[in-house]
Amino acid sequence: MIEYIGITVLWVFLYGYLIIGSIDFGAGFYSFYAKITNKKHTIRKVIDRYLSPVWEVTNVFLVFFMIGLIGFFPNTAYYYGTALLVPGSVALVLLSIRGSFYAFANYGARESNVYLFLYGATGLLIPAAFSTVLTISEGGFIIADESGVRLLLGHLFVNPYSWIVVLLAIVSVLFISASFLTYYANSAHDKEAFELMRKFTLIWGGPTILMSFLVFLTLSTHNPEHFQAMVEESWIFVLSLLSFLAALWLIYKKQQIGIAFSLVCLQFFFAFFGYGYTHLPFILYPYLTIYENITSPEMGITLIMAFIAGLFLLVPSLFLLLRLFIFDAEYVKGN
Amino acid sequence: MLEDPVLLSRWLTFITLGFHIIMATIGVGIPIFISIAELIGIKKKDHHYILLAKRWTRGYTILVAVGVVTGTIIGFQLSLLWPSFMQSAGHVISLPLFMETFAFFFEAIFLGIYLYTWDRFKNPIFHWMLSIPIVIGSSASAFFITTVNAFMNTPRGFDLENGAFTNVQPFVAMFNPAMPSKVSHVLTTAYLTGAFILAAIAAFHLLRGKTHIYYKKALHLAMIGCFVFSVATIVNGDISGKFLAYYQPEKLAAAEWHFETTDRAKLLLGGILNEDEQEVKFGIEIPYALSILAFNRPSAEVIGLNDFPQDLWPPLYIHYFFNLMIMIGMFLAAVSFIYLVFYYFNRFNSLNPWLLRAILLGGPMAILSIEFGWILTEVGRQPWILRGYLKVAETATTSGHVFEMLILFSLLYLALGILLPVILIRLFTKKSVESEIDKHHIIL
Repeated sequence: MIEYIGITVLWVFLYGYLIIGSIDFGAGFYSFYAKITNKKHTIRKVIDRYLSPVWEVTNVFLVFFMIGLIGFFPNTAYYYGTALLVPGSVALVLLSIRGSFYAFANYGARESNVYLFLYGATGLLIPAAFSTVLTISEGGFIIADESGVRLLLGHLFVNPYSWIVVLLAIVSVLFISASFLTYYANSAHDKEAFELMRKFTLIWGGPTILMSFLVFLTLSTHNPEHFQAMVEESWIFVLSLLSFLAALWLIYKKQQIGIAFSLVCLQFFFAFFGYGYTHLPFILYPYLTIYENITSPEMGITLIMAFIAGLFLLVPSLFLLLRLFIFDAEYVKGN
Repeated sequence: MLEDPVLLSRWLTFITLGFHIIMATIGVGIPIFISIAELIGIKKKDHHYILLAKRWTRGYTILVAVGVVTGTIIGFQLSLLWPSFMQSAGHVISLPLFMETFAFFFEAIFLGIYLYTWDRFKNPIFHWMLSIPIVIGSSASAFFITTVNAFMNTPRGFDLENGAFTNVQPFVAMFNPAMPSKVSHVLTTAYLTGAFILAAIAAFHLLRGKTHIYYKKALHLAMIGCFVFSVATIVNGDISGKFLAYYQPEKLAAAEWHFETTDRAKLLLGGILNEDEQEVKFGIEIPYALSILAFNRPSAEVIGLNDFPQDLWPPLYIHYFFNLMIMIGMFLAAVSFIYLVFYYFNRFNSLNPWLLRAILLGGPMAILSIEFGWILTEVGRQPWILRGYLKVAETATTSGHVFEMLILFSLLYLALGILLPVILIRLFTKKSVESEIDKHHIIL
């Protein structure tokens, strides 16, 4: 029971990071795009107004997931920690460049093309790097024996599944971010920004679905066991597809943009939880399962209680943040 | 050396944490003064204090941003460089690690709100109230993460049977014997360092010939903080000594080059050690002082290093770090005491240039003393990573690529270390205090 609660909590936080992180990462890219195509005033204002107050919160979701994973499943620290030294460090450096340069540009009060470029580029490279961890969890890239745990980096680089996942991550980031910014621009009554972001949402919608199908296809040869499980639970992926179609339809028709963005969130909710659910019981195929690697019940129950206590603190605070900066019409409009 | 993952992992952890604790300490130390300044400003309707809070917040935000980055790095690096340690730690001490992220989450949310709502409330006290979660969140982060470090020094709350952790008691592990002295020392020294940095900035401007009352108010507010927290630091520094004497006598003995168990033990300052003869040259000895530090009695018996097998001795160079930390602590206390005496007795000038220079020096000194104290406690725990259970050498990664990562991160910190002061200086020179006071209306 503890293992199911644990993995669900972690997956919820990773899903939170997926949505909030994607908005943030994609916004970096669009910000840079706006700069080089001189569309600065149309979308930069909207992006800045959203990003400034919330960017620090984004990172916390990721750290929370990592610490929670080690708390509930301590053995993951040993396997993933040993194997991911190099790719993990590279991702950390990218994350650092992005975080600090955003702060430098934003609070240091000087507009610099170098900062913006780094900010935009890392926004696409970071999700690419993180998505490979999910690929690695499918097995075939980590070898554990008496001599220790090793990552087969070469295999990862020539594997088609691994590249499709990277592409899916990048287009998803651009799609999620565009659909959110469409909604935000719409709330701000910023017509120009709305049209531009709407266009981007429609452009990236197709590749998102295409890449999702290709992920299915390549997974069938890479990890047939997982693929089979996904086929058995295919209803959840059908729901994901329906949410996607409904969202795209609304955005195309320029109606109910708020609901459209919620549908995009739902689309990824179904896909992400469907993926996660069928991935079980493995955390790292075939070495780690949630059953054998769960922490002691004493620690597990304490962590769950701490988590519930923490939610009582966080949910109202997050609500306040959203109220003040996302759902406050006057703030969104820039008044 | 380039082949040894243990040594390289220690170096990389040292560099990351050495860089991170500067941001972390300031991040914990400054919010309390921002909050006090804003409250004074609201209560006294004094615009200068509001501006003070705003300007401090601006610098604080950039430091926190870099602190978030380096904190994320060290959070992941613990698993990447010390996978076996995190595996063990995950079993027993993950509760405070988990809660630390909550505390930080809380702080980050309210910092975001605080920064962008200076003029959004009709009653400014509501804005001030937003600073309280920031103070609580940052201090709680320090509290939780320090309990983990305390656990590494005095592991409790589990049984180890054939390499498996059983009978785990998360709260016993968290509230281990090292926790009270360590947490109080970390918190008060963070507040002290924060105060001294703010005081040093004000002193710098006054030395440069600025005469606006704003700087004097800033200096005075910060110096009161310096005095209060330097007294608190001396008190809990003393408690830390007593904790070590009882629970980690080998650390205290190594820090004091105290080899033979004796009563009426003397405290040693400086000196050069001949390790083979266990003799010290050129040191200053204070009779009975070590016994008093350890047990409050001049006649108390203090355990010497020779009572421990030599392969469990910490490196003896920590003596110098111990001395330097204490000397800086005393210097900071003296400077803040003299300032207050000068301020409240009109015969003296509390803005005496020599005193201002000492205050200016106090800022960087406080940071150095944080670094020295941290080196003392970490190196003083060697060879253990979990004292009595797990050695550092057994827990490092087995990867052959640590050296490349060491280079990679060193370059990152070098870049950040150069850019950070440049950005901060640019930010504060672009909008001078005088121009902001003139405008009377300040937007972040």
